[in-house]
Amino acid sequence: MPSELIHQFMRIDHLPHIWCAGCGNGIIMRDVAVAIKELMEDPEVRLNREKVVIVSGIGCSSRAAGYMDFNSIHTTHGRAIAFATGIKFANPELEVIVLTGDGDCSAIGGNHLIHAARRNLGLTVVTFNNDIYGMTGGQYSPTTPTGDKATTAPYGNVDRPFDIAKLAAGAGASYTARGSAYHVRETIDLIKQGIKHKGFSLIDVYSVCPTYYGRKNKKGDAVEMLQWQKEHMAPAVRYYSMSEEERKGKLLVGALTHNNYPEYTEEYEKMVQRCQADMKAKAHK
Amino acid sequence: MAKKKVVLMQGNEACVEGAIAAGMRFYAGYPITPSTEIAEQCAVRLPQVGGKFIQMEDELASIAAVLGASAAGVKAMTATSGPGFSLKQENIGYGAMAEIPCVVVDVQRSGPSTGLPTSPSQGDYMQARWGTHGDHPVIAISPATVREVYDLIIRAFNLSEKYRTPVIFLMDEIVGHMREGVELPNPNDLIINKRKMSYHDGANKQCYAVPEGEYVPAMKPFGQGERYNITGLAHDASGFPTNDNAVAGALYTRLMEKIDHNLDDIVRVQEYMLEDAETAIVCFGGTTRAVMTAVQEARAAGQKVGMFRPVTVWPFPEQKLRSHLSRLKKLLVVEHNYGQMVLEVQRAVAGQVPVEFLGQVNGTVIPPAAILEKLKEMEG
Amino acid sequence: MSRLAGRKKLVIEPAWCKGCGICVAFCPRSALELVGEKVRMKEDGGCIMCGLCEMRCPDYAIYLENLEE
Repeated sequence: MPSELIHQFMRIDHLPHIWCAGCGNGIIMRDVAVAIKELMEDPEVRLNREKVVIVSGIGCSSRAAGYMDFNSIHTTHGRAIAFATGIKFANPELEVIVLTGDGDCSAIGGNHLIHAARRNLGLTVVTFNNDIYGMTGGQYSPTTPTGDKATTAPYGNVDRPFDIAKLAAGAGASYTARGSAYHVRETIDLIKQGIKHKGFSLIDVYSVCPTYYGRKNKKGDAVEMLQWQKEHMAPAVRYYSMSEEERKGKLLVGALTHNNYPEYTEEYEKMVQRCQADMKAKAHK
Repeated sequence: MAKKKVVLMQGNEACVEGAIAAGMRFYAGYPITPSTEIAEQCAVRLPQVGGKFIQMEDELASIAAVLGASAAGVKAMTATSGPGFSLKQENIGYGAMAEIPCVVVDVQRSGPSTGLPTSPSQGDYMQARWGTHGDHPVIAISPATVREVYDLIIRAFNLSEKYRTPVIFLMDEIVGHMREGVELPNPNDLIINKRKMSYHDGANKQCYAVPEGEYVPAMKPFGQGERYNITGLAHDASGFPTNDNAVAGALYTRLMEKIDHNLDDIVRVQEYMLEDAETAIVCFGGTTRAVMTAVQEARAAGQKVGMFRPVTVWPFPEQKLRSHLSRLKKLLVVEHNYGQMVLEVQRAVAGQVPVEFLGQVNGTVIPPAAILEKLKEMEG
Repeated sequence: MSRLAGRKKLVIEPAWCKGCGICVAFCPRSALELVGEKVRMKEDGGCIMCGLCEMRCPDYAIYLENLEE
């Protein structure tokens, strides 16, 4: 028997999931479930489970949609955010959460990511960022660090990597944050912030792929990879109390941007009201 | 009786008005000639009727957003032309696999590649059937006049909702940009289908299950209390991915059969002066007018010529064509391409009657005179 | 043992455990061990019911359960 949380929010007849031993994706999927649960219980939010839609693309990350017991849709490679745009725009009452990977959202789906960020449509995107294409067996992705190895970078990766949260912020995303598989409580809170945020939000969560990325790059097993996150990533409270010197080589776990830009579906509705008022005025003339 | 109003309308405009009459309230698209007027008109009209218009970042996003909107319960459409139609193909297959209704309008232009963007062509006939990978059902409808665009786009939505599958609306530059006076039907006279709804609340592990003898699952749109999973992977009745060969095989069979076992409902043709014809000209969409004129002129010259025109171009109406073969001596297929529907005609005819072909790809239309010339050549 | 600790119980679902060792490595009291690629509580215990293992278990194979009053 699984825990009450898993029982309540996962399709348990399909568990255990297909992810490898030590894969960070299971941790992040649970973070999303906890975030939803806490917002359902939050008297100020009262998130309605039946209004939550989980959208995913293709890749290891994107198997998450099938495991989560919500309205869920596992779409095509790269298109999760575009499908989600249609869902949210068609029915803005829905709380649309996109679960995607580094390849899915920043390579093949990069165009949709930047344009959704620009529009500021009220989606919440959670990336399961493991620096590699896992489902196809370990090819380098847009977040694989330069010099690291992959099956398609046998002599070391020549590409320069994206920082997905910064990419989204640069494209105008009103809420961007970085989380990690290690920093569970902080990541849950960042996902909650993202869901509560009215406009487009993206939480880039660093996962770990011990099977491909870890093994190829001698980064050790899942434990050592999480240990790296513990040592090289700092939650906001600690990060902002550190000196410039101490911050070197450390990544913030926390919000990068948080702005209240006008939300797309609300702005569209205002335009519709203007249009219909004009029509009525013309009809009376 | 109220006097009906005749309005001057472009084919692309009629597409939008018909779609709105069919209940379309979501459009996502990307500008591309010669379909752009559809997007422009949707941008004007949808806010007026409380619908949603969005110009997406590319063609792939447009079809994805349309499928998303439809999963959320709103009738949705996108429009494009050849290059964009190619880009949308993967997600058209997704719609067929996941059984999400939507209408994809392709206003054909000359190709391949960028081709002749403002010139007529019917080069996407095969793409409409085989553009996406894998085995899957396709319904494609091709209008020939502006009024037909209006009527048939409604039919496209109706079939899409009824069979839970994307329907391709195969227009061409001629029909899209043609302006003619049309008398639109009274909205109260229209028959509008809506997809079957489930009565299930909570998690539904049987969302894709269908009763014996039926083919189309009943599902609530997202957000209405029924929880289920949608995927483009082969899936079981719960919508969850499966590698079980028997389960996957049964799914593929049902998807094909839901179209193949309902051909009487889906397939429509137009037959013109065909009853006593010895030669039938087969055509569709934008070539229809020239063919009808040629038929009239040939008849005036004493030739027994008629027209057989698939309105539902996919599935190809092979039974209906075959029903005429005992009487026909010759067939001539006229298309604005180098020979696409002719392959289907040859397959259906299976050598019973000689099949001739007249095609053209140079950015201009085949005039009636060229068809008459070809008929004469066939006589000789 | 804290007052709260008495009201919770650590549950392990061996069938779901893939033996990654994350819970063992990050347990603040080193109360867990892997035996035959499955996690189990050490005999001498020391578990303080902090729940960190549950939070980081990618396979939902270990968790705290509230005991009935």
